[in-house]
Amino acid sequence: MKKMKNDRNAEFDIVVIGAGHAGCEAGLAAARLEMRTAVLCMDMESVAMMPCNPSIGGTGKGHLVREVDALGGEMGVNIDKTFIQSKMLNTSKGPAVHSLRAQADKHRYHFEMLKTLESTENLTLIEDEVIDLIAESGGSAGGVIARERGEITAKAVIVCTGTFLSGKIFIGDDVRESGPAGMSPAKEFGKNLAKRGFPIRRFKTGTPARMRRESLNYDEMKEQCGDENIVPFSFLNEDKDYDIEQISCWLSYTNERTHQIIMDNLEKSAMYSGNIVGVGPRYCPSIEDKVSRFRDRKRHQLFVEPEGTDTDLMYIQGMSSSLPVDVQKAFYSTIPGLENAEIVIPAYAIEYDCIDPLSLKPSLESKLMENLFCAGQFNGSSGYEEAAAQGLIAGINAAAKLRGKAPLVLRRDQAYIGVLIDDLVTKGTNEPYRIMTSRAEYRLLLRQDNADRRLTEIGREYGLVTDERYNRYRLKKKRVDEEVARLREKKTDISDFRAFLNRHGEANADETPNQSFAEILRRPMTSYEDIAEIDDETRPSLGRNEKTEVEVILKYDGYIRKQINEVEKLQSLESKRLSDNLDYNSIGGLRLEARQKLSEIKPETVGQASRISGVSPADVNVLLIYLEKMSREKNI
Amino acid sequence: MADTIAAISTAPGEGGIGIVRVSGPGSMDIMRRVMKKCPTDIEPRHAYLGDAVSGSEDSAPEVIDKCLFIYMQAPASYTGEDMLEIQAHGSNVSLKSILGAVLDSKIAGIRMAEPGEFTKLAFLNGKMDLSQAEAVIDIIKAKSDLSLGIAEAQHEGRLSESVREIRESLLDILAEMAVDIDYPDEDYELDGSGEGSELVGKLRWVLSDVEELLDTAAIGRIAREGVRVVIAGKPNAGKSSLMNAILGEGRVIVTDVPGTTRDTVEESASLGGVPIVLVDTAGIRETGDKVEKIGVERTTRAIAAADMVILVLDGSRELDEEDSSVLGYIEHMNSNNILVVINKEDLGHSISEEAVREKLPGVRIIRTSLIGKGAQNASRRVSEEIGEIFELGKINPQETNIVTNERHIQMLKNAEMNLDEAIGMLQSGEPMEVAELSAHYAYDSLGKIIGEDVGDEVLNTVFSKFCLGK
Repeated sequence: MKKMKNDRNAEFDIVVIGAGHAGCEAGLAAARLEMRTAVLCMDMESVAMMPCNPSIGGTGKGHLVREVDALGGEMGVNIDKTFIQSKMLNTSKGPAVHSLRAQADKHRYHFEMLKTLESTENLTLIEDEVIDLIAESGGSAGGVIARERGEITAKAVIVCTGTFLSGKIFIGDDVRESGPAGMSPAKEFGKNLAKRGFPIRRFKTGTPARMRRESLNYDEMKEQCGDENIVPFSFLNEDKDYDIEQISCWLSYTNERTHQIIMDNLEKSAMYSGNIVGVGPRYCPSIEDKVSRFRDRKRHQLFVEPEGTDTDLMYIQGMSSSLPVDVQKAFYSTIPGLENAEIVIPAYAIEYDCIDPLSLKPSLESKLMENLFCAGQFNGSSGYEEAAAQGLIAGINAAAKLRGKAPLVLRRDQAYIGVLIDDLVTKGTNEPYRIMTSRAEYRLLLRQDNADRRLTEIGREYGLVTDERYNRYRLKKKRVDEEVARLREKKTDISDFRAFLNRHGEANADETPNQSFAEILRRPMTSYEDIAEIDDETRPSLGRNEKTEVEVILKYDGYIRKQINEVEKLQSLESKRLSDNLDYNSIGGLRLEARQKLSEIKPETVGQASRISGVSPADVNVLLIYLEKMSREKNI
Repeated sequence: MADTIAAISTAPGEGGIGIVRVSGPGSMDIMRRVMKKCPTDIEPRHAYLGDAVSGSEDSAPEVIDKCLFIYMQAPASYTGEDMLEIQAHGSNVSLKSILGAVLDSKIAGIRMAEPGEFTKLAFLNGKMDLSQAEAVIDIIKAKSDLSLGIAEAQHEGRLSESVREIRESLLDILAEMAVDIDYPDEDYELDGSGEGSELVGKLRWVLSDVEELLDTAAIGRIAREGVRVVIAGKPNAGKSSLMNAILGEGRVIVTDVPGTTRDTVEESASLGGVPIVLVDTAGIRETGDKVEKIGVERTTRAIAAADMVILVLDGSRELDEEDSSVLGYIEHMNSNNILVVINKEDLGHSISEEAVREKLPGVRIIRTSLIGKGAQNASRRVSEEIGEIFELGKINPQETNIVTNERHIQMLKNAEMNLDEAIGMLQSGEPMEVAELSAHYAYDSLGKIIGEDVGDEVLNTVFSKFCLGK
């Protein structure tokens, strides 16, 4: 169904396929960058739907949300409007790994995002099923073909199909074609993409049962409350006070009876029936996986989480399964608090089509079709936050492409988003990919407190950062920098300092006179709040995030410098560009494996090349010499 | 900023002279650290004479060798960067010691050069013309294939096995830390920070394993370069006779005139397949004679670099002041590494073994007469003693778990330093995720020894050993 189209007459500038967390960010970014944008979804109910856990954030993921926000994305703002519990995780550790997580009211999260989409200029929301792409004669994307509306022409397309593509749900031996949460799947688009030569594969994931709120016995479970001091996700909300009534989650455990029932029925699980071909994520195993793989564990924990304020549904985190419903009933009821649980929606596994992300450029544009961008679960990731981050970048880059602007590619030392996308497009993934702090080598630089310092200037340059956000950021940066300078300069009074140490039970500590406040802060047990005791009236009154940032900058000074040094060493490799049509087979000295990998992945920089598995340091040297040789030949 | 790199640039093996080369912005600072009494205003591309010394900033410097050194300022050098060339006497031992001192200086992130790296820099900095580029690529390719070959060979060896075991223990620890950071809600508790915590205990085990491996570096050197035996004693005690007896030929001039051997004389012999390097020294005695004074200085340096000292005494005379001054040079040494030969037994018994042991407690003593059959006998017994002291019978370079490669030693030292740092941080209550980074660097360093890609190993371990997830 190919058709010649003139760009100028295209109905839209950009069409986004899907309105999940990736699609919403992509659509909003494109529209806000004044692109005439259409966002297509299978079902209006699927807009910003949370088909799995009712929470946003967590380790690594919370960092992503802060980064999306700092760049001018929507996720942070939307969860701040709709959360019902907020918790800063990892506070017993250092601030680099503090991670924010909020329980969301699923319905309100969807509804607020829907309102935002509807009220955004240049954005048209359309309910329809995409069947195929329109390819221009030159091989670039020219829009989509939808089931009801037929051709929708556009200059660029962003694919954010989530788990809808050829979706299949498994409960025991019951298999049916379905999208998430019982919605219709997109049956043809995945097949047509495969026909067009896109490397399509199958991944799977799972979700636990939803139970009726009143059917659970909360006396048998341990209450999990939110934090007293609520920290919002969005930098825009930093000075807001949140005085909401938080709703608790509940902790309970499986026991040997639970495990016995699961082991007795293991062969009934869809996972073991051989029906599922998709690859599931290791970090999100089903309960039958946990029980059979870790037989020495006497119990596994689970969290019972409310799906909202005005819904009856409770989400059983930690207990996803693809066992038949009767077995589910039996094992869930062995768990304290769940004895009389009514299962409203049973646990299920879902399998879907996605693309091998090695076929994408770091800009998230396809290498196979120009002006086709891809984001979210379609790229082999998993998680709302991972999806939102990619959606935002795909939206920004599709707009940049149409304007002839260079794409936004964040480096690994700039953002978790950079780590996420670089991992996907350079290393690929064999399972649904989840971000983790241990994937980030420059963790001390990529903190959630400084996401604005790292990214807001960049967001401004690409046009997504509003004046309000930008001015806030500038002011905060100024105040933090001034306070850091003041504390570096200011010396302690020795008698004050001694008294301070005594009060804090550190009478024997090093009390070298004339230390600066910055030096005192470097002591592990001393916080920025603590030193207020011996500080004077020149101490400014900072916001909570500003305080954190000051403290972190001074406390980790040495380690941060160390990481910056490493980054600088690698920088020169990142700035050396490799052309798309470089023939690696013609470069003498490259090892065979390196030639194959480089030809397949076509890295954009020598830095990216160096991270491909199978490319050795010697190969990198050969590339450097080759580039140098080429540039000299040009000059002759 | 560019790295500063160093390597021995001359071919391995004994030569008259050898060169240690340094390139990069740290060259000047390294020169000031390693070359004793380096003049303040060095003229680039001029040769200076000086002593190369080892030792870090806070330990007393020890003289390694007298060297010529040349400083070259960017861009007027082979690589086009600041460079330092140290020309030393060509024995492997002194070149390695100088390279060791350069690397130990830790100045400007100094590291070992990769194969072909000086040449690569020369090319990248425009010091070589285009026609040479392909040749450079070939060189790098050849060298990397070669090192790959070596790495593969070592996969079979015990060294890589030990490194792998250490890495595995460290990997488990890293996985525990990663779980603790990434899964704060999960049912796993990590006894992390503070003195005596489980985590510190485990890291200490790994550290001690690394240190144990580093300790084998000395044995490794013996297996490869031989035992360095210095023969010392006052003039005319019979040092050269002993050396000749061991070598089985009269290479060193032997006369009755004290002080005939003014230079140190090095000869190599083989003891059951393991090389030994014999160093015959000038007799040590305080003297006004300038030539002999230089000889005395050389002797003291030779003793400092020795694995073992054979002290030859003239048994026909009582211990005198000259003997005492020689004893003074060696009494700090481990008595296991000293062998005393009391010579001229035929001429009388003026030195008792007790008198010797009073100065050198527990030392091994041989009484002999280094003429005719006596010399042969002595040579055989000395050889036996050396073999016993260094357990040479046990060394089999193919099988023994020893570290011999300078790059491996550097990587082990890196790992040691980073582990030490991680432990220190946890003990002083620094956050775990900062300590984890140091532990991770240690893991990477160990990985570089066996040439393993550092990829998703930690995550793989996390998911195989811990039951995690929603």
